[in-house]
Amino acid sequence: MALLDVEDLSVTFARRGQRTVRAVDGVSFSVNAGEVVGLVGESGCGKSVTSLAIMGLLPKQPGLQVSGKAVFDGTDLLQIDDRSRRDIRGRDVAMIFQDPLSSLNPVVPIGLQVTEVLTRHRGMRGEAAAKEAAQLLDRVGIPDPKRRLKEYPHQLSGGMRQRALIAMAVACQPRLLIADEPTTALDVTIQAQILELLKDLVQDSGTALVMITHDLGVVAGMCDTINVLYGGRVVETARRRPLFRQPRHPYTVGLLGSVPRLDAGRGERLNPIPGSVRDLLPWPDGCAFAPRCDRRVDACIGEPPELVLTHDGRSYRCVNPAPLPGLTPGDEVRTAVPGPATPGSVPAQAVPDEPPAVPGLAAAPSEEETP
Amino acid sequence: MSERSERSGDVLVEVRDLKVHFPIKRGVLFDRTVGHVKAVDGVDLSIARGRTYGLVGESGCGKSTLGRALLQLTPPTAGQVAFDGVELTTLAPNKLRAMRRRMQMIFQDPMSSLDPRQNVESILTEGLQAHGIGGDRNGRRKIIAETLDQVGLPRWALSRYPHEFSGGQRQRIGIARALVLGPELIVADEPVSALDVSIQAQVVNLLDELQDNLGLTYLVIAHDLAVVRHISDTVGVMYLGALVEEAPSDRLYTEPLHPYTRALMSAVPVPDPDVEDRRERILIHGDLPSPANPPSGCRFHTRCPWAQPTRCADERPQLREIGGSRVACHWAEQIASGELRPHKVSVEITRPPGEGEEPSVVSAPTEPGSFV
Repeated sequence: MALLDVEDLSVTFARRGQRTVRAVDGVSFSVNAGEVVGLVGESGCGKSVTSLAIMGLLPKQPGLQVSGKAVFDGTDLLQIDDRSRRDIRGRDVAMIFQDPLSSLNPVVPIGLQVTEVLTRHRGMRGEAAAKEAAQLLDRVGIPDPKRRLKEYPHQLSGGMRQRALIAMAVACQPRLLIADEPTTALDVTIQAQILELLKDLVQDSGTALVMITHDLGVVAGMCDTINVLYGGRVVETARRRPLFRQPRHPYTVGLLGSVPRLDAGRGERLNPIPGSVRDLLPWPDGCAFAPRCDRRVDACIGEPPELVLTHDGRSYRCVNPAPLPGLTPGDEVRTAVPGPATPGSVPAQAVPDEPPAVPGLAAAPSEEETP
Repeated sequence: MSERSERSGDVLVEVRDLKVHFPIKRGVLFDRTVGHVKAVDGVDLSIARGRTYGLVGESGCGKSTLGRALLQLTPPTAGQVAFDGVELTTLAPNKLRAMRRRMQMIFQDPMSSLDPRQNVESILTEGLQAHGIGGDRNGRRKIIAETLDQVGLPRWALSRYPHEFSGGQRQRIGIARALVLGPELIVADEPVSALDVSIQAQVVNLLDELQDNLGLTYLVIAHDLAVVRHISDTVGVMYLGALVEEAPSDRLYTEPLHPYTRALMSAVPVPDPDVEDRRERILIHGDLPSPANPPSGCRFHTRCPWAQPTRCADERPQLREIGGSRVACHWAEQIASGELRPHKVSVEITRPPGEGEEPSVVSAPTEPGSFV
């Protein structure tokens, strides 16, 4: 039994007068203790909403609908009431956010923000809490922690703020840590420090880590299992090495082809994925990636592709995956699970960030359209 | 000077000892100047015509300021910038304005560098009008149409507004705006860092194509080393306002000589698990020291794993040539041969004098993180 089992998680946002947006569409994955699981994808693929839904941090507003299961150690995090969720959050499950400056309270000293967790969950007060807080800051590599406790977030550098945030997250030695783009806002040398710190945490305390990122390089170095998301669904799941060596889903192939590599020569052309994330098909009408896919066949359109489970423990959602050398197509397939189809809603990526101000104005033109 | 530019012998941009210092002001009634932030502090570089010079470094190292000072968008404090033989720092304003047609800039965030109230045609016409290119409206339209084809935007884009486009397309509009005047030099400040991975590759390829077709010269400023390596012929690495190493891009990546370059290279994640597992990371500790109060001697010595007790702390190293690279390190040869071994660096906190409880580091502006 895995520590966290996310099963068929869906999140939809409905607003009056607008199409319902299905940001997360039947996402399933599981995380074991001491394991690092990656959720990878581009803007709007639903990776952050997935994490917020698990943590119960999505804003309570009419029109928000969360369905599915997120079973953490026997408790379904989506079903419990706010009070017990607050008990779990911070103690057993903690989260590290992307932008440390906007997730720290700017008018409260760092020390108070760290001790808040200790007071709430471990009942520590006064001197003892301050001492423990200093130890935590020291553990995440902040020099001179005693003085830093009295400082405000704006007085710390970006890397230090992220460390402070990590210190708060690990204060109660959580069993599950969700890191949402923990290094995106940081420089590469600071990123290396933070990733090293997270790796140590996982190794030393057996914490399970869910790593949400768009950076395939970070994933290659950190994660044991990787889920690639597109249009709110997991399109491919695999262990780290097989995924990078033999990506099956054309989107994964495309992602790997579009990243310039440090160890590749100058002038090698990149192979970008044509179009943009907005050119997608709603899942019920077929594969969301089909409009941008270079392996598209007729079967891609019409109904959502089934989730194909293969014998080597991988799975992908594609009717015409990239071939494996030495295998006839279809040979390795173990079973296929039909994808859920709820008509009448669109994935988040299909919705432009800034809706046209003038009523009746057409939606954003797609990059594939021709005049 | 790099080998390549010597061979081609055609230098488009020559920068000599460029300095940009920003005053730190204090006081209510009288603005006392209490110090200077030395954003760029003595940079020499030359860019060969038709080549790409990549500038890398962490946030706060002065790479953007250098790019802006090169175009005279930020007035340099000292130093010379020669563009095609013409000295820009002392050029009369009206002449400089005419020169600007030949050197254009592409900005990082296309959403904030494009006026939301202007449609694409108006954005592209503005520069043409200012420089009196294209004669009448029809002439301008023809130039604009050609530019749109070059950057891969459809004609109907002309009547649309920036918000109607996706991020990648917006960046194409930004590129078209720079291109429409027919420049020779384009300074691209983080041209792809606000874009999604799959879109990044499209824009990188576009920049490559444009260079092949139009013979453009680029100065590409980026924090992403992989992107810079991909598009640059020569790469300069900056640390605290100065170049620490400059080399042909292949050489820089195969044989980094400066300790900072080594650390930087080893920190970049590569999307390949085998490489990731094998590699040894050189972790540098602490943060960038304040450019208002840079360390004495070699600016990297406070964080350098190879720092030596002699020379490093009191003698500022100059760029010197070592086998095709230019390196500012006293001990580059010894480090390359393995004679010197890295040691552990403890983080020391230095405070600028009289700064009280101010932090010892500059709060670096966060790099773009629009990947929500």
